[in-house]
Amino acid sequence: MKLYDSGKIITGIVIFVILMTFPFWFNMGRAAPKPDPKLPKNVKNCVLPKDTIKTSHMQILNNWRDEVVRDNKRSFVAFDGKHFDKSLSNTCMKCHSSKKQFCDQCHNYLKVTPYCWDCHIEPKEPKESKETAEAKEPKETK
Amino acid sequence: MNIISSFLLSFLAGIALIVIAWAGALTNLQGLFGVVLPYIAITTFVAGVVYRVLNWAQSPVPFRIPTTCGQEKSFPWIKANCIENPSSTLGVVIRMAFEVLTFRSLFRGTTVELRGGPKLDYRSTKWLWMAALGFHYSFLMIFFRHFRFFTEPIPALVHLAENMDSFFEVTVPALYISDGLLMACVTYLLIRRVIIPQVRYISLPADYFPLFLILAIGTTGILMRYILKVDVVSIKELAMGLVTFHPAVPKGIGSLFYIHLFLVCVLIIYFPFSKLVHLGGVFLSPTRNLANNNRQVRHVNPWNYPVKVHTYAEYEDDFREKMIEAGLPVEKELSDEKE
Repeated sequence: MKLYDSGKIITGIVIFVILMTFPFWFNMGRAAPKPDPKLPKNVKNCVLPKDTIKTSHMQILNNWRDEVVRDNKRSFVAFDGKHFDKSLSNTCMKCHSSKKQFCDQCHNYLKVTPYCWDCHIEPKEPKESKETAEAKEPKETK
Repeated sequence: MNIISSFLLSFLAGIALIVIAWAGALTNLQGLFGVVLPYIAITTFVAGVVYRVLNWAQSPVPFRIPTTCGQEKSFPWIKANCIENPSSTLGVVIRMAFEVLTFRSLFRGTTVELRGGPKLDYRSTKWLWMAALGFHYSFLMIFFRHFRFFTEPIPALVHLAENMDSFFEVTVPALYISDGLLMACVTYLLIRRVIIPQVRYISLPADYFPLFLILAIGTTGILMRYILKVDVVSIKELAMGLVTFHPAVPKGIGSLFYIHLFLVCVLIIYFPFSKLVHLGGVFLSPTRNLANNNRQVRHVNPWNYPVKVHTYAEYEDDFREKMIEAGLPVEKELSDEKE
């Protein structure tokens, strides 16, 4: 097998292979911890079934905002018949009180940066969960 | 093959692939479609492209092919075009950069038409160039954005690309410019093949199939992100499992994802053995990557056969005595040799 311009060809191939296998060597030796959103213990159901709320919460929140701000429609009937106030700070955050242990878990995992907190004031982390969050923190900074 | 059979064959092949993936996802073959096939696909892709490039590199390029678009380097008082017709390596690098990054050759596209009059009308067309450029760059952007599923932590550059791509912040989740651009450009490239008679005439299933495949991949991707929704956290868990060699299939990923993944696997398995391998081939275009220095440098044909020569001097050495005996003139006398 005779290669012409073998220097250039092999350099090109090496660059190609390195680029195409980037995720394999980039993640080497790194554990990829799965996100672990802390669910509220005392409440069973969210405003929508779990699978739906998991994938579509951003659209729900967006609709809620539009309906409340533009049409002053504040009441939401959940899939199980319960009435909720359409509010991120008062309804969602009432159960999911810790942003760090709930929202940020998945959002950081996929580096999603929703603009909720551009307008809303970020809720204070609840006392007891703050300690656990801090206990978790050194793990993150590693 | 005519238009109907080429077009239909590719289209049906695409549909069949979607059905296969769907059936696989519904019959709990997630392990096969989510783990085994992606590994096969990435291995085939990398090894296949490397094999093709090594194969090309074994063909000797005998001589510079001056398909030039500018004045060759000549007398000092003739202005040379050192990028379109380079005689130096730097010039070649610049020409290649224009070709690879801006599709210079397509930019030169022209049409010849009889527009009513007796004269032929030559004019520049930029549609193919525009669609090709839009398609390739949005594909690159989409490819690059997907690294958010394959890396943890996500590199800042990937995040930056994503933010730039969703710059307009319309719709929730934010619309990516590249998604719309890709679909528009691929649709144009498909319509172009069908509408323009000359292009339709030379189009084969191998031309339609990649277009349908990419359209289907784009459609499933867009459906997943904006409309039907899938659980991206589980998808990232699957992807991270693959790249850290701890594959596991999380439950509850929609079948739409498996269709998308299967089509991507088919695309990259198909890649090295089809026209798509121009990814590597563009760098090996002999009319683009060779300096036009035919008259400055001696080029020896690389496949020249090593000819065994027997010079006249050697011939005379062999037969000198006999030649003198026969009275034939010799260049070297016998006495000279004895000395």
